[in-house]
Amino acid sequence: MNVAASLLDLVAIALFILGLHFLNSPPTARLGNRLAAVGMFIALVMVLVQTLGVGWWAIAIGTVIGATIGVVAAVRVKMTAMPQMVALYNGAGGGAAALIGVVEYSVFLASGHTALDPVVAIALVLSMIIGAISFAGSIIAFLKLQEVMTGRPITYPGQQIVNALIALAIVALGGWFIASGGTLPIGAFYGLLAAALALGVLFVLPIGGADMPVVISLLNSFTGLAVAITGFEIDSVLLIICGALVGASGTILTVDMGRAMNRSITNVLFGAFGSGGGSEPAAAGSGGPQNVRSVSADDVAVMLAYASKVMFVPGYGMAVAQAQHSVKALADQLEARGVKVLYAIHPVAGRMPGHMNVLLAEANVPYEQLLDMEDANPEFPTTDVALVIGANDVTNPAARSVKSSPIYGMPILDVDKAANVIVLKRSMRSGFAGIDNPLYEMPNCAMLFGDAKASVDGLTAAVKGL
Amino acid sequence: MTDVSHLIELLTVLVLAVFVGFEVISKVPTTLHTPLMSATNAIHGIVLAGAIVVTAAFFAGGGSNPLVTVLAIVAVTLGAINVFGGFAVTERMLQMFRRKEGGK
Repeated sequence: MNVAASLLDLVAIALFILGLHFLNSPPTARLGNRLAAVGMFIALVMVLVQTLGVGWWAIAIGTVIGATIGVVAAVRVKMTAMPQMVALYNGAGGGAAALIGVVEYSVFLASGHTALDPVVAIALVLSMIIGAISFAGSIIAFLKLQEVMTGRPITYPGQQIVNALIALAIVALGGWFIASGGTLPIGAFYGLLAAALALGVLFVLPIGGADMPVVISLLNSFTGLAVAITGFEIDSVLLIICGALVGASGTILTVDMGRAMNRSITNVLFGAFGSGGGSEPAAAGSGGPQNVRSVSADDVAVMLAYASKVMFVPGYGMAVAQAQHSVKALADQLEARGVKVLYAIHPVAGRMPGHMNVLLAEANVPYEQLLDMEDANPEFPTTDVALVIGANDVTNPAARSVKSSPIYGMPILDVDKAANVIVLKRSMRSGFAGIDNPLYEMPNCAMLFGDAKASVDGLTAAVKGL
Repeated sequence: MTDVSHLIELLTVLVLAVFVGFEVISKVPTTLHTPLMSATNAIHGIVLAGAIVVTAAFFAGGGSNPLVTVLAIVAVTLGAINVFGGFAVTERMLQMFRRKEGGK
């Protein structure tokens, strides 16, 4: 029985790795996801068989409720809300890892053993701490992305000191737990759990909306780590491997996102970037109001209709305005006239890695037209019109040239190299980083003010009327 | 379980899995990064297996503490949200990725 179970676990593990492998190209990605799901099914059935139905009713209640919530949410969620959805699922995993520690500990207390095995004690306490941080942090990330609370960084005096003290308390209580083999007072144990939850909340509070791609990736790797350590706690190779795979994935994405913003992870976590708001323009140089040229939809429509190559540059503004379908409609109009349409996507455009790609995929844009930064930048010098839709900081040429700029050194999309740049924007408010964008004052750039969706719909109608 | 050789085995598995993870995932293109994230999310839903194991252990050991009973059920619920929701939402996203020729 045990041999069969272990072999089937191995099959499940192979399916997980194959599944991730097939995610390396869009045509095979669905197969990959399904292989992983089959692996998961096998693994879960084997676990159920091995527990011989003990506590079946509790397991059944939890599974039915959880599966219902999970699937209903997955079917109903809007694609623009995907970042907060992923944050929630991630938090659920972290929370489960933390609670496993709590339940495991109560099993030990009821067992009458005098002390926990040191390996189990270390694994239990670590997975509980990391899982709780991931859970609480993901909930805050969800609330920020859902705009239940402000997306701006929340800061207060002494913030770092408070966080450091809580971290110290966690280290002290965790050390006590391990040293005592789990025989510390139960109050101290729950105090440890509470401190880890508090740290999760407090470390995400000062992180702003545009830094969410980094935070979500980082929380993803935390949950992976918590799951891997839980594997040591309950002696499961399956959990160790799955946790390690997810931890690796989250780490790769975190590093990628940091690189795409030219900022270290510590700077993202502790920098409270974008909290400066109004005080920043002075550093950017120009200070006062910018001299920009405003154009009408009809002018832009003519420009687009007689172009040979148009590059769309989407950003978070497109997601907020739910403009992806309108963008596709405009692209169809232009393509019908023989215009070549491409999309340039910055790695940190939106609120999570790949956010823009998913939205445009939802609008039926073929993925071959979506260019990432390396492929898009060589295209701009031969582009007739670059249409910037709700993106700002990722197009700011100050990142290339102005050493004093807070975003200096960040790789950007070279939209300014296109023959014409049209920026769709609601107002002249600065972007998330709170700095002026010198692009808007360039002679080849003009602004089309208004809601992104309304503006794009207006362009489509104007192109049709030509 | 203070069996050092067993611990070393588990650590070996961990390290090798990390290497495999880095190799496989570094080949995923940026256009699929959101589905990648939700798929890996679903894979860490394996934590549900852990929740089932400890819940069974809790009941096998008598299992009368009502607070822990609730926490065990919540652990299973969270794990199930993670697994089922994760795979479902990844599937929904991936079926939207199309080539140029293929219509609906």
